Amino acid sequence: MSRNSIRDTFFEECEELLEALVEGLSSMEQDPDDMDVVNAVFRAVHSIKGGAGAFALDRLVSFAHTFETVMDKVRGQELKVNAELMHLFHRSGDQLADLVEAARDEREPNAESEAAILKELDSYLGEADKDDSFSFDAVTLEFDAAPVEVEAPEEAEAEAEAEAEDGALRRFDIRFKPGPALYANGHEPLLLFDALAELGDLRVAADLSDLPEFDAFDPNGAVISWTLQLETTEPETVLHEIFEFVESLCELDIRENTGATTPALMDAAAELPGLSPPPAPPDADSPIAATDPPDARGDAQRGEARGPRPTLRVDLERVDRLINTVGELIINQAMISQRIEELELPAVAHLTNEFEAYKLLARDIQEGVMAIRAQPVKPLFQRMSRIVREAAEATGKKARLVTVGDSTEVDKTVIERLADPLTHMVRNAVDHGLEKADARAASGKESVGTIRLSASHRSGSVFIEIGDDGAGLNRARILEKAIEKGLVLPEAELSETEIDNLLFLPGFSTASEVSNLSGRGVGMDVVKNAVAALGGRVSIASTPGAGTTFTIVLPLTLAVMDGFVISVADQTMVIPIASIIETIRPSQRDLHAVGTKGVVILVRGAYVPVVDVAFNLGLSPARKEAGDGVLLLVSTESQGLTALRVEAIHDQRQVVIKSLESNYAAIPGVSAATILGDGKIALILDPEEVVKLQPAAPFFPAITPPKLELRHA
Amino acid sequence: MLDADEGQTETQFEFITFSAGNQSFCLEIMQIREIRRWTPVTKLPHTPDDVLGVMNLRGAVIPIFDLSARFGLGETPDNERNVVIVAAAGGTTIGLLVESVSEILSVAKSSIQETPDMKSDAARQAILGVISVGESMVRVVNLDAVLDQEGGAAA
Repeated sequence: MSRNSIRDTFFEECEELLEALVEGLSSMEQDPDDMDVVNAVFRAVHSIKGGAGAFALDRLVSFAHTFETVMDKVRGQELKVNAELMHLFHRSGDQLADLVEAARDEREPNAESEAAILKELDSYLGEADKDDSFSFDAVTLEFDAAPVEVEAPEEAEAEAEAEAEDGALRRFDIRFKPGPALYANGHEPLLLFDALAELGDLRVAADLSDLPEFDAFDPNGAVISWTLQLETTEPETVLHEIFEFVESLCELDIRENTGATTPALMDAAAELPGLSPPPAPPDADSPIAATDPPDARGDAQRGEARGPRPTLRVDLERVDRLINTVGELIINQAMISQRIEELELPAVAHLTNEFEAYKLLARDIQEGVMAIRAQPVKPLFQRMSRIVREAAEATGKKARLVTVGDSTEVDKTVIERLADPLTHMVRNAVDHGLEKADARAASGKESVGTIRLSASHRSGSVFIEIGDDGAGLNRARILEKAIEKGLVLPEAELSETEIDNLLFLPGFSTASEVSNLSGRGVGMDVVKNAVAALGGRVSIASTPGAGTTFTIVLPLTLAVMDGFVISVADQTMVIPIASIIETIRPSQRDLHAVGTKGVVILVRGAYVPVVDVAFNLGLSPARKEAGDGVLLLVSTESQGLTALRVEAIHDQRQVVIKSLESNYAAIPGVSAATILGDGKIALILDPEEVVKLQPAAPFFPAITPPKLELRHA
Repeated sequence: MLDADEGQTETQFEFITFSAGNQSFCLEIMQIREIRRWTPVTKLPHTPDDVLGVMNLRGAVIPIFDLSARFGLGETPDNERNVVIVAAAGGTTIGLLVESVSEILSVAKSSIQETPDMKSDAARQAILGVISVGESMVRVVNLDAVLDQEGGAAA
């Protein structure tokens, strides 16, 4: 492994640690007394510091150190967590993330904010802590002036410190048996012994009894163990510090040579993760574990099981290759299915049963493979808490983020590509959505605004909602602005939905004064495009005085979807089931002509425009006679409910989405293509776009599309 | 002798010749992935006439162009002998419908002549050069230009 790849691994781990940190901080906010959470936060910071030390990232180390020292005080219940401190912790977490990022990109971090936070952190530290100038050198493992860092309970620490103050010379017996991993990770026992020797009078004896016959010698094995005797005035915790980074990689037994084991040791040993239980008979010099290797391995395995759930890092390309192949498998299965049907086997043929099983298995494999790519939205949402914080600070508003449905899993690509639009929308929600604190107070609201971020799965789609409890959209202002910018004609009469949708027009920005947050020329149109590129849509719901909610609807996966197989002008096509509210076989009485070409259908008391798919796609020169075919009721953003006329519905099935753009270009009205059972390609329609393709509106402008309260059930 | 051989292979090019719109064309053999029999394709809405539709090539969706129509030589008439040449250029794979494939032509680079200067027309732009074979002339198709045109047509 090259140094660079180790470095990469470190930064990958940092990402995870920072996530854990943010998560820990937000749960701390809810329950500041939960010591498990505080410890988790402390560990995350500590691990980042440890790793950063190994790469000589001094600024990162020193910042993490200060942060950690303050955390440690909270852990020791010397400091009480209040809102102010919590805020500082959040900012410190952000700063730590910045420093990690800067270190990764080898940039200079922002010294100003760092200094400011450091100063604040320092203000929480007593004089004693400040005097402890921290030095950290990974190569020589020098810990001379390091403050107490062993994750031992406070009592043990206090006791150890009290003992140290006696200044009495004490003798420790240390039994140290490195595991192979210790050497593999580049640790050197000699350096550890050197460090011990600095503490006092050290005697070392190597135990070579496990040395195998020459023939059986494994140069990668670890067979030598040591017995050390140290006379020192230092407390035992200092000894543990020296072994801090190797403790999980070796068998270590430190005991004071007074006969009985001190309570401090017991506590410390219990707290230290990965430490093998001390051998029962204290005088058993020859290592028990070494003579009985299976036992040692058993211990190691038990140790692992207690840790976090094991995960595997896999190259994304491999996963994608697998997904492609599984896609082919599904197509192949559909083809075989069709062939079997063509054979017209007698119903008793067992083949049908076996084939059903095959179909289920193929579906299972596919779902399993897709699940590999699915990831919870949690990290994405967590990132937003920082955005809210920063946006609130920049605008002088008070805001908090509430997240719902963190564990909702979404395709990895979706999460990645959603980060920018979501950041933008969250910023907008704080900047434009929320009112200033005094305005909120005036309207009887809590002074702290709430940004609500939620994710959920509904009917095969992922719904992500960004809501604020602000003033709602100022429609008059939006319209005025749009007219001013020449986006809408002054005499145009727009419905509320239409006005809301003006926000998505390119070159639209409402903030009257350009703040340094939003209003940078990147508008909601960018958001809309980014979401559309993922096969999703954005919609707005706003209630004056109560807030605005943006809803992003995304397909569950980017690779498969459920669709109706339909025919349009003798062509087989697929339409996503998720978009269809219901299917209607129209009776002549319900259809009404409007104008010369327009047709509407009466659906439960509301008139819904009918759109002929074949005509809009340019596949048939003229509209078919009213009453032919089947109508699919869809809900579109541009004109609300619309009935799409197709010739027939043949089947409902899961189809594999194949991009048209990779070899050709995007085609209006068509979102992608798929391969049917007979190996032929069918186009997947995008109902929204199909409706838009409509040539000049054939309806009277007075007829606004009916708005029915219908949801995808 | 050896030197001469080497010199020869360096400048030797292999082309597959075919006819489209009653004219003789050829493509460098390295650009061609495979040659398939014509099978009905899935039509695409709102596309120019020379875009016949899309076809399933082992799981990939590839567009099929009528080369003759693309060069402004009229639509290729339906015929049993019609074939689709699957070619790849610049990361994309496309199919070209032609009337028939004739032979493999192996020529030295020197015998490829520049396209004679004449009035601009769609067909001429898409031709890299011409090769004289016996009494007839074979046009070397510039696949990149065909693809570029496609972008323009679709935009």
